[in-house]
Amino acid sequence: MNKPGSAITQSLRGMALCHPDTIKVHFDPDYVERLAPARSGKVAVISGSGSGHEPLPIGYVGLGMLDAACPGPIFTSPSPVQLLAAVHSVDHGGGVLFVVKNYSGGVLNTELTIELALQEGIDARYVLVNDDVSIPRVANRRGLGAATLACKIAGAAAESGYSLDAVVHVTRRAVAASRSMGVGTNVNTLPRNGPGENLADDSIELGVGIHGEPGEVRSVTKGMPEIVDLIVQPILDDLPFASGDSVLLLISGMGGTPPLELYLFSEAIHELLAARRLRVERQLIGNYLTCLGRGGYTISLMRLDDELLQLWDSPVHTPVLHW
Amino acid sequence: MAQEITTKQLRKWLLAYAARIIENEGHLTELDTAIGDADHGVNMRRGMGKLQERLHDEGQSEDVSAFLRSVAMTLINGVGGAAGPLYGTFFLRAATSPTNGSSIDLEQLTQMFRYGLDGLQQRGKAQADDKTMIDTIQPAVEAMEAALAAHQSAAVVLAAARQAAHLGMKHTIEIEARKGRASYLGPHSIGHQDPGATSAYFLFETAAEVFTTTGAD
Repeated sequence: MNKPGSAITQSLRGMALCHPDTIKVHFDPDYVERLAPARSGKVAVISGSGSGHEPLPIGYVGLGMLDAACPGPIFTSPSPVQLLAAVHSVDHGGGVLFVVKNYSGGVLNTELTIELALQEGIDARYVLVNDDVSIPRVANRRGLGAATLACKIAGAAAESGYSLDAVVHVTRRAVAASRSMGVGTNVNTLPRNGPGENLADDSIELGVGIHGEPGEVRSVTKGMPEIVDLIVQPILDDLPFASGDSVLLLISGMGGTPPLELYLFSEAIHELLAARRLRVERQLIGNYLTCLGRGGYTISLMRLDDELLQLWDSPVHTPVLHW
Repeated sequence: MAQEITTKQLRKWLLAYAARIIENEGHLTELDTAIGDADHGVNMRRGMGKLQERLHDEGQSEDVSAFLRSVAMTLINGVGGAAGPLYGTFFLRAATSPTNGSSIDLEQLTQMFRYGLDGLQQRGKAQADDKTMIDTIQPAVEAMEAALAAHQSAAVVLAAARQAAHLGMKHTIEIEARKGRASYLGPHSIGHQDPGATSAYFLFETAAEVFTTTGAD
């Protein structure tokens, strides 16, 4: 933390020391690569992201998930130099898929990287993650929790021998079956805003992004069920999810919300989903994509079918997900 | 056209461009402070430093396409931000335009700019009047194409490009940003010249200076 830029480098060095059997960290250009050997012809799955959303994406590198991840500066897309270095390192001859959250910098740099890779004869594609229902226009929707889910589905499909076309197809299906909403409870540690003004105790901020993008402040007086309804109903309406659907539920803290509060909050979510006859088939609760130390959470639902469930359950061995 | 532009002259052009950007770093920073995140001057200056190093390297290929591709890679690596990939794309696509090997004629120079512009639009998804570098480059390329169709000399074609680029750059003062960071300001972006349109203008200013004063190489 001594000078700008060094915090990410130090954090990456620490991460390498904490997970020596799972990942290898490369510097200048920075990217994280999996250590588990991959068979020749396997599709390589890569995801880049600005730093500050950890464990996304670097915590998802490993067997059954990402072959490599590229961390950019805080909240800033990694460069084509990083992305291309990762391509060269993990291309196994089966082509490369990028999982990209829908933000202009990331899309720009990924498209350019793909153009460079194609010129070298490496087949490369990308799947855009745009699951944020707080934005009405679908083309403008930001990527939230579905990024974590898409990385898992793509990685599992690649590991089980899907072709590049088939990995792209199933990953698009996973994104299309997913919807998310971010909610803020306080803004305490966002660097760009300085010390933020915290929300009143009876207010939440609905539809916040994971870079401190503001949402809509709503006053809530009737406790958890009212809060959960405000957050989950737009998700359910948007796909729409229907009675009898099997779903995967992801509740991710934004970095400044204690697990105590996440579990407290999850009770009301489970009650609401049960009342709508949605079966929570799989779930993750914890910090899976964050916004530095902001208070708040993102809720994501993915409608499961047999293929998605099977890919979700496939073995994974990364610093964060392992089964 | 009788006059051929060699890779050596292209190198001279881009050295002039790099020097012009470095002279104007403060100006670009000022423009970007008003409507962006104030990093365009610094990013471009850093990239131009790398470009100067690259252009002074001995033993480079004299092939126009290879030369333009190496310029593209240098800008992608050196500039960063959004401008790095955008200028990188411009030269990467320019590198795919037709050449005579180690030189291009005036028509091919015009095509080179057209290929770059098309790549830029495809990559950045900006249209005319979005208040971006497109507002400089598109009218400049169109002016070159029109002058070329009218069988004008290289001096006239390049002067037309410079003039159209200048008008396009100044036009960005009057319009509201619809792309890039300035678009978050909405109507408040009116009254400010776009920094990307400004750095792009210098491509045509220096091209007019270098390609018409050196004469036959």
